[in-house]
Amino acid sequence: MSDVKKFLYVNRKAPYGTIYALESLEVVLIGAAFEQDVALAFLDDGVFQLTKGQNTEEIGMKNFSPTFRALGDYDVQKLYVERESLEERGLSEDDLIEVVYEDEDDDWAEKPAIRVISRAEMSDVMAEADVILSF
Amino acid sequence: MSTLHTVNKSPFATQALVSCLNHAKPGDAVLMIEDGVYGGLGGTGLTDIIVEFGKNVSLYVLSPDLAARGIDAGRLAPGVEGVGYDGFVDLVTKHDRTQAWL
Amino acid sequence: MKIGVLVSEGPYTHEAADSAYKFVTAALAAGHEVPRVFFYHDGVNVATRLSVPPQDERHIQRNWTTLAKEHGVDLVVCIAAAQRRGILDENEAKRQGKDTDNLAEGFRISGLGQLIEMAIQTDRLVTFGD
Repeated sequence: MSDVKKFLYVNRKAPYGTIYALESLEVVLIGAAFEQDVALAFLDDGVFQLTKGQNTEEIGMKNFSPTFRALGDYDVQKLYVERESLEERGLSEDDLIEVVYEDEDDDWAEKPAIRVISRAEMSDVMAEADVILSF
Repeated sequence: MSTLHTVNKSPFATQALVSCLNHAKPGDAVLMIEDGVYGGLGGTGLTDIIVEFGKNVSLYVLSPDLAARGIDAGRLAPGVEGVGYDGFVDLVTKHDRTQAWL
Repeated sequence: MKIGVLVSEGPYTHEAADSAYKFVTAALAAGHEVPRVFFYHDGVNVATRLSVPPQDERHIQRNWTTLAKEHGVDLVVCIAAAQRRGILDENEAKRQGKDTDNLAEGFRISGLGQLIEMAIQTDRLVTFGD
């Protein structure tokens, strides 16, 4: 087996109501230092983690939504979002925050890290992972 | 290459089982544990859907969780098989990865 | 085969810690290696030595401690999750100026890197949570 494994972090829960989204992100940030092949998947209520305009002032919790935008700096380049999950919740790609990374193979051009894919494509992404961490 | 999916929630409470089945590939296995075992019941509003998925995906329930909840194996939907913890371990090793649908 | 286990939910409220314990016991009995179990989210609460369940109930923490002793399973509690929830070892209690520590024998507190490392070094990762 090669030294690099494909890690897939699967996010299926909405933010703030429970801590899973925040603590999932903490694993991703630590895991980035291990130089594995990392991808994040957002489906079901997990897509709510990426919506724009989150303001947690009046619930007294930290707004961790800006941390997603920093993922590019950690060389996390693949955030797969399931289209069907968005549509079922009345959302589209326009409702999501922007996350970009710099592509070292393309003169460090900024590229979108969020990739909206179909449910069938999401199944493929899951089936290609070596390790699936579920939150 | 195949996946063992685990589901630990009743399908009458959350979408986990349906979402899992919608993403499972032919040749995968789904093991229902804890409150997930209610997903393996026959004669429910979901049985037809689950039996249909069972044509491509192997369906299992964890027998100790089934017994704890007072469900006789005879109540399981056609194609759903009971396994013990030893069977759970075998399923983990037989498939290439395990995905928990929490 | 090497199997890593992640426990993401606390004891008693959820079945996760019980299921994980039964699974690990069965895996060891079948001759597999379970080098490490990682406790995250409310799963860190499994590691408090101050839990006193009624005598006719299973003692979840003690079961895990015994498993660690008898089979050398490395029980690792995530430090960030543990600090949020008040699970402290002796060093950390001193460092934070607390009057007691509460980490049970057989558990150790360490970083999330131990979870990633476990996933890299084992053949399978099995997660128990909510």
